[in-house]
Amino acid sequence: MNLAAATNENLAHISNVLIYSAMAVYTLAFLAHIAEWVFGSRSAVGRTAAAITATPRQAVTVTVKSGSAGGGTAVLERPKVITRTAPGGRDDVPDGPGAAGTSEQGDLYGRIAISLTVLAFALHAGGVLTRALSVQRAPWGNMYEFSCTFGMVAVGVYLCLLAARKNIRWLGLPLVTTVLLDLGLAVSVLYTASDQLVPALHSYWLWIHVSCAIISGASLYVGAVSTLFYLLRDRYEERLAKGEAGPDAPEGKPEQQSADGGWLRLGVKAQLAMDSALSRLPSAGTLDKFGYRINATVFPLWTFTIIAGAIWAEAAWGRYWGWDPKEVWSFITWVAYACYLHARATAGWKGRKAAYLGLFAFACYVFNYYGVNFLFGGKHSYSGV
Amino acid sequence: MAKTDSSSGSAPEDASADRLSTAPVEETGPSGAGSFGGVRRPGLLGALGWGLREATGWLRWFWRQLTSMRVALILLLLLSLATIPGSLIPQTSVDSVKVDDWKKGHQALTPAFEKLQLFHVYSSVWFSAVYILLFISLIGCIVPRTWQFVGQLRSRPPRAPRRLDRMPAYATWRTEADPEQVLARAGRLLKGKRFRTEPGEGSVAGEKGYLREAGNLVFHVSLIVLLVAFASGQLWKSEGGKLIVQGDGFSNTLTQYDDFKSGSLFTPADLPRFSFFLDDFEATYEVTGPQRGTPRTYAAHVTYYKGTDNTPHKTTIKVNDPLVIDGSKIYLQGHGYAPVVTVKDGKGNVAYQGAVASLPLDSNITENVVLKVPDFRDKEGAKDQVGFTGLFIPTLDERTGTMLSQFPDLVSPGMVLTAFHGSLGMDSGVPQSVYKLDVSKMKQFTKPDGKSKLSQLLRVGQTMNLPNGGTLHFDGIKPWATFQISQKPGDGPALAGAVAAILGVAGSLFIQRRRVWVRAVRAADGSTVVELAGLGRSESAKVPEELADLAAALQTDAPPVPDDPSTSDAPPTPDEGADTTEPSESSEGARA
Ligand code: HEM
Repeated sequence: MNLAAATNENLAHISNVLIYSAMAVYTLAFLAHIAEWVFGSRSAVGRTAAAITATPRQAVTVTVKSGSAGGGTAVLERPKVITRTAPGGRDDVPDGPGAAGTSEQGDLYGRIAISLTVLAFALHAGGVLTRALSVQRAPWGNMYEFSCTFGMVAVGVYLCLLAARKNIRWLGLPLVTTVLLDLGLAVSVLYTASDQLVPALHSYWLWIHVSCAIISGASLYVGAVSTLFYLLRDRYEERLAKGEAGPDAPEGKPEQQSADGGWLRLGVKAQLAMDSALSRLPSAGTLDKFGYRINATVFPLWTFTIIAGAIWAEAAWGRYWGWDPKEVWSFITWVAYACYLHARATAGWKGRKAAYLGLFAFACYVFNYYGVNFLFGGKHSYSGV
Repeated sequence: MAKTDSSSGSAPEDASADRLSTAPVEETGPSGAGSFGGVRRPGLLGALGWGLREATGWLRWFWRQLTSMRVALILLLLLSLATIPGSLIPQTSVDSVKVDDWKKGHQALTPAFEKLQLFHVYSSVWFSAVYILLFISLIGCIVPRTWQFVGQLRSRPPRAPRRLDRMPAYATWRTEADPEQVLARAGRLLKGKRFRTEPGEGSVAGEKGYLREAGNLVFHVSLIVLLVAFASGQLWKSEGGKLIVQGDGFSNTLTQYDDFKSGSLFTPADLPRFSFFLDDFEATYEVTGPQRGTPRTYAAHVTYYKGTDNTPHKTTIKVNDPLVIDGSKIYLQGHGYAPVVTVKDGKGNVAYQGAVASLPLDSNITENVVLKVPDFRDKEGAKDQVGFTGLFIPTLDERTGTMLSQFPDLVSPGMVLTAFHGSLGMDSGVPQSVYKLDVSKMKQFTKPDGKSKLSQLLRVGQTMNLPNGGTLHFDGIKPWATFQISQKPGDGPALAGAVAAILGVAGSLFIQRRRVWVRAVRAADGSTVVELAGLGRSESAKVPEELADLAAALQTDAPPVPDDPSTSDAPPTPDEGADTTEPSESSEGARA
């Protein structure tokens, strides 16, 4: 008994050390990402601007190379498939080159940042695992554990998408920033010493419910960042189209820059820096689609999460739905995402309006997590704060 | 861009390539004179006819609006906003005590809030209005879409459009193979990939992914199932609490409940017959560490009897593990201790004997003890009711100097009591709580010195002597447990609806509806021109991929011959801007 208790405390201690180490490495990754953005160059502007102002490209040929057909030697050239997007709109704008732009130095920093993120993720995962071992249950019995696991899964989703060769490196900086904030909050405000669960939390439905909530939330986060960047990039492309940004824009010209006062110049500089960053992002169309796909993929899982929670509530409290604040906000989040999905299928609502709905929906998710736990308590008062 | 809105200019020119979805098209409102056209004839009849036309026209317009995607969207948004106040303002159905506290703290706001039904948002008129409108809209949406879907299922895939190269995905090559052969092979290939195919003149059409629409309809129908199940659960539900001391029992009739709530259509006859006895109760607590005293396990061992059957069944009820009898669920809710005492009156007769269920005051189960003994005579034999109040402490640590329990388990139990005599006020007709002693008509006993109040710490086996000759003997301690007994019809359908909703929405979001056409015609030079085109319900990386697969498979039987630039009637080549790239990675995902 005593011996077991001692190992537990040891493991809990190791877990804490690992989480702090992960934070340190995330911080380094954060700095490397900053360097990537700062040293990355802004060469894509010309390309994007040309695409927008010139007649839009109509078709793209996709050549898919297949592996050997048999015997393992001959490599067949697969037939060319020409794809075309609907005419009009800005669907044909090419994606930006990524945070590093075309700068090799920037790219190097980007690669360092990703390597550091992988290392930090390993430490982070180790921290979560040892925590789980120290309490001998799933590591999400209180807000501290939930936050740590949540951050880990968000990085995991990102790394998986990277490994699947999705064009997602642009997500690195916002992601690492968020995870640092999340972990910082976890270790400072939410920290709860490792311990067992109260009887109401003993249920495999909890296991299912919370793990789904974490995976949903982490993925929805990725979707929300993509949606947010879509809004920014869309504005930027709009300005490019009007000639207000890009190489020919008035504020880009030196005479304009020196004419006005210091503050204005600072504003212009900030605007230029912002444009430089935006020009390196994927195109608005790509970001929009990416965000939608993530949200749409996660929606069934989120639906399941709520239902699993209802089943658990039924077993624990005798009613599957009781309008407890946590339940209310899960429901609001769910309806908001349904709203977003509808907006995507409704003429006059897709695009920016749908994107605002998507952000509103994610804000509901975040509020459900932090806001509800801090403000209302309710029956889900497992926060341990 | 999804092709849902074929009203926008982006739809392909050919009618055959139109809507792949049954989503409603946006309606525009009535316009022009006489709202819906038609002339108004002179005279009363004319006016009447016109009015009728006008009214039905507007009704129809209103109905179309209500069942349009845009209004559904707005209603959904309204629903999410209308749900918010219920989480910010305490709700009677969730915690009525909190509501009363809130009302005390905000007396100025209370009347307005009550008018707005903000203390029961989820049964308020305005909240109901939003979701009822939404569900009417939903039904109005599902019915026509179902018919449309049945129509789509029965129709054949539409013919190949004239210009396949205008489709979102397109491939072409020349081959020596026979056109018929190519088409036959393409038909087989498509069938093999479970496309529904339709041969045409010099072409084959295929369509796949009908399950998407089916999934979408299943999802929306199951939302209705869920709502109906939830509503019927609310109307017919009943729920009551009961405190049972170890050794005692409960039989399921209305009078046995300590408190009882039910839906508006519930009748007591709906209560199933059963009874159960609490044989024993076990609790364990964290013994060390910062969470010392936190409960770890609760288990109530019970014996129950179903209906009129006399065979006893034994089982254990735990916190997440209710006992289910005939659709009623018995949940373990809480527990505490009941000191067992024997009170003798001044004449030495037993005036009370048994357990005194006491309510916990804190998480270490310090309990408030109240005992009323109405049938009591003093030394002289005169009627004199007595009442005891005090604390029961499962773990009393006298060194701490506090009368609060230090731990929830029975480590060193003690009871501190003081006693009153006079009138308990029980025959005043006003119902009394057994957990409260009304001392307004009573006098507290004092110690023999006559000044300080009588109060005594009792351990099990000890006795308290009253100045009027009575005694209270602390016999022992029994645990008690509280149970919630609830019957809720509609749980089964709700679960079925929920499962159907998940499957439906997954189908709707992950399955891609698409069409493929293959055309093979003999060119002037004798070779065969093969053309392939694909159209997806939304722009998906999957459609070109699939088309490429198909083309590759087809090319094994119809190998391409190098293009002869001199041939004049080559199929129209794509626009000059065409560009050869690797497939763009970023555009895959959910639609895949
Ligand atoms: C009760 C509230 C409702 C909820 C929670 C809900 C939820 C959803 C969800 C999650 C989707 C996504 C599936 C997809 O994109 O294919 C969807 C699609 C759809 N919903 Fe609803 N819906 C509701 C009410 C309605 C109503 C009232 C209508 C009728 C106007 C409607 C019509 C549609 C249509 C046509 C689609 C397919 C859109 C598409 O083709 O992409 N829904 N709904």
